[in-house]
Parts: sequence; C-alpha cells; structure tokens
Amino acid sequence: MRRHRAPAPVLALAVAAALAGCATGGTPEPGSSDAAPSTVTVFAAASLTHVFDVLAERFEATRPGVEVVLSSGGSGALAQQIVAGAPADVFASAAEAPMQTVADAGLAGPPVVFATNTLQLVVPAGNPAGVSGLDDLARDELRVALCDDSVPCGAATVDLLARQGVTAAPDTLEADVTSVVTKVVLGEVDAALVYRTDVIAAGDAVEGIEVSGAASVVNRYPIAVMTDAASPDAAAEFVAFVAGAEGRAALDAAGFGAP
Amino acid sequence: MTAPGPRPVRTSPARRRTPRPGGRLAWPIAAVAAIALALLVLPLVSLVLRAPWADLPRLLARESVLQALVLSFGTALAATALCLVLGVPLAAVLARASGWPSLPRRLLRAAVTVPLVLPPVVGGIALLQFLGRRGVVGGLLDDRFGITVPFTTGAVVIAQVFVALPFLVFAVEGALRTADRRTELAAATLGASRWQVFRHVTLPLVAPGVAAGAVLCFSRALGEFGATITFAGSLPGVTRTLPIASYLAMQSDPDEAIALALLLLAVSIAVLIGLRDRWLPGVRG
Repeated sequence: MRRHRAPAPVLALAVAAALAGCATGGTPEPGSSDAAPSTVTVFAAASLTHVFDVLAERFEATRPGVEVVLSSGGSGALAQQIVAGAPADVFASAAEAPMQTVADAGLAGPPVVFATNTLQLVVPAGNPAGVSGLDDLARDELRVALCDDSVPCGAATVDLLARQGVTAAPDTLEADVTSVVTKVVLGEVDAALVYRTDVIAAGDAVEGIEVSGAASVVNRYPIAVMTDAASPDAAAEFVAFVAGAEGRAALDAAGFGAP
Repeated sequence: MTAPGPRPVRTSPARRRTPRPGGRLAWPIAAVAAIALALLVLPLVSLVLRAPWADLPRLLARESVLQALVLSFGTALAATALCLVLGVPLAAVLARASGWPSLPRRLLRAAVTVPLVLPPVVGGIALLQFLGRRGVVGGLLDDRFGITVPFTTGAVVIAQVFVALPFLVFAVEGALRTADRRTELAAATLGASRWQVFRHVTLPLVAPGVAAGAVLCFSRALGEFGATITFAGSLPGVTRTLPIASYLAMQSDPDEAIALALLLLAVSIAVLIGLRDRWLPGVRG
C-alpha cells in the first residue's frame, strides 16, 4: 500500500474553519439594513405548525427579501432552547407559562396574545372503538394517548379531566401535541385529547368529538419578539402580521379562537 | 485506488528517520487531537459542573425518577437476556458464514449491521409498521388474538433488542472467529455431539466475548431513546425510561433533566469500569 503523508495543516484549517463557523453562525450580521435580505427565525408551538407554514408563506410573498424559518416543537422545549441560546427572533407559545420562562430570562419583549385554543377528543376515521365522550378515556381496554403535563396541551388536559371528574387511563403521554395526533392518524390509539385545531389540520384521517366542559379550559397563545433578535424589524413586522387581520383570517380558518 | 502490483522489494532499510512508537507527532496533529478530545470530554465535564449537587438527593428520590430507573434497568436487563438467547446462535451462524457464497453471506452481514448504523427513530417507525396495530404482523396479532404490542413494556424491550442485538452479535462473532478451532475438533474426535461441542467447548472459549457483548448490549439498551419513544410511547412506570424521562424533564425542569443525565452518565462509567481492558480488546489502553 502506498503511504500518504497526513495532510495535517489542511485538517487543522478545516477544523478551525468549522469552529469559526460555529462561532459566527448565530450572530447578527453587522450593518444589516431594511434593504438587505433578512431571515426571521420563528420558534412556534407544535400546534401552530400548519397555520404558521401558511402565514410564513404569505408574509414572505408581501416582503421580498425576507425569509421566515420555522422551528416547531413542544412549547416547553422551545422555551428551554431559547433560554439556552437558540437563535430565535420570534417565539409563539401555546400557553403563557413557556413565554414566562423566556421572559424571566430577560429574552422576550412584551408578548401579545394572538389566539386561543380548546381541546377536543380525536379518534381515527370511523371511530373503531365507539368513543363518544371524555368518560371513554377511562376505559382500560382502549388505547389512549394524551399530552404530557410538561407541555401546554398536557396542562390543559389535566385541567379539563379534573374539572370533568374523569380519571383517564392513558397508554402514552407524548412530548408534543403533534405526536399525539400522529398516533391517532396511524390508528395506533383509539382516542386522544388534542387541540381542536389539530383535528382540523389532520383532515379525513381522524374525527373530532366535542366534549363537555372543553370551552372552560382555554389555552392562550402569546407571541413576542426576542430581545436579542438578529433582525428585530422584520421580526416585529412578522408579529404584527400574525396578530393583524391577515393572521386572524388564517387562524380563523385553522380553527383558532380570537384572543 | 491504484491496483496493488508487484513492487521491487527494498533491500536497504536506510530511512533517515524511523518513526518510533512514543515519538513526537507533528504539532498540527497534536493540536487537532486536543480539539477532538476537548469535544468529547468538555460537555460531560460541564454536565458535572452544572449539576445541582445540593438538590441531587431530593431530585433522584422523586417517584418519577425511581420509576424510570427501575423500568430502565428492568427492561435493559430483559433486553440483554433476550439478546444473549437470540444473539449467540446468530453470531455462530455469522462466524460460519465465511464458507458461504458471497451474496447470502453479504446479505446476512448487512442485515445484522443495518440496525447498528440506522438512526434509532427509523427503527421505531419500522417497528411500528411491523408490530403496530395496523402493522404487517401487529395487525394480525390485534385482530386474531387481541394482542396490542405498542405502548407496552414489552414494546420497550423489543425496541431495545432491535438496536442492541448487533452489538452482542458482533462481539460474540469476533470471539468465535479468533477462537482456537482445534479444541472443538479434539472434542468432536472424542465423540462429542455438535451440541455438546458448542455447549461445553465453544461457549466457554468465547465467554469473555459474550460477556463483553452483553455489557455493550446492556448499555446500549439502557440508553435507547428514539426507537422507544416512537414505538413504545412514554408512560411513567410502563414505557417512560430514563432517557425519555430526561428528555421530557428538559421541557419543564432542567435540574431534574440534569440529575437524570448524571445518573445515566454514572451508569455508563460503571459499565466502562466493569469492562476495563480485558473484555474489550478494541479499546485496550
């Protein structure tokens, strides 16, 4: 075998370049003005995924040169990521507690509540297990998925079940509402409690069932510009867009309530 | 690559500088090595530095933590036992496959290797398609026998076996390949049946390999996350293992997440100490 000398200086340069990339990747470009293309990084609750996809596209269409990058997940996880230094410009949470976490760290500007949401029972299309109400969640023989109480939909679930005096027998407690919906879409569970908006977004694969008392447990969705946003102007414009008339129309269509 | 051809054999060993073991490396190599080492060590050191030591006893005594601990150890032990029962015979087949035609031999090896290189979450999705309620086999189980596999402790064990089995198989296969065949031949000559040879000669011969494989298998099973949360879900006491509990705690209570992470780190270090160098020739220092 032919022996090669290790190109050590090249390697060292590559590593140095990679590290330099790490260091500068998240920081704002100095001197970026309104004319320069800018990116708005939006951290949005899992339940906002679909509607924010639509809103981001419409926002970009009206503002040439502005790009919206969406990162969605459980609100609690997103809040922790932002506190840990994730480069978010805007945070939209499914409840006020995760926003408070970010505000306590001094990272959130004043939040605006832009939408509300309530819970609904969701079953696979055709309702194979014959689920009709919250009481069915206590049936041991049914496969039931709920949100973990560390995320907003889980906190709302605990609240609703307590108010209605139901002791659920869940088979899994998921880290975000979209994971719960997926389990229903796949038919792996017979019933789950999710936001009414998730039922609409999941389409024909699932059926929603209104439950008594759902209207009494309302999640309020705050949105705020982060204090160290890389492009604060574009970020503020996006927040205004979401909270404004165009945002309202899309949120209405997705099933979100008015604040 | 150039094809290796016959080359003139150098008769004179006259090289100006013969690299000696322990000689000094060129500085850029040493510098990059230092960066690599820092990348491996500093995160774990930071975890230890930031640990809420004062609160640790209280955090670790929480019902949710103990539940996850018991579940994790129970399932990882069960998965290791299953891996031993299933993996040793598979390793024996794999070790003998060197005499097979190329195609089946390569296919067999690839089949065992795939879970090793696959992102575990892909394994979870695949298991759901296989054993899920509407899965290829899971659908039958559900319809005919009323057995639902996902979201059970059994599903956690299955997910762990899926990701950990290759570790055991390859450790045992390596030991089998390097084992001295002559003892087996001698036993066979003396009238031992194939089973007796395997049970009384081959297995004791490769015991260190089996033990090393089992320990690796256990630590891999203990750390399993992606396949488990996808296939088995996350219910305290049933399917919420330590890594899943740690991930969820990160959403609401980072201190608890750090405590759980420390616990997993301590177990991993204990495994390393247990292994030391005798069972892991590959990492002998």
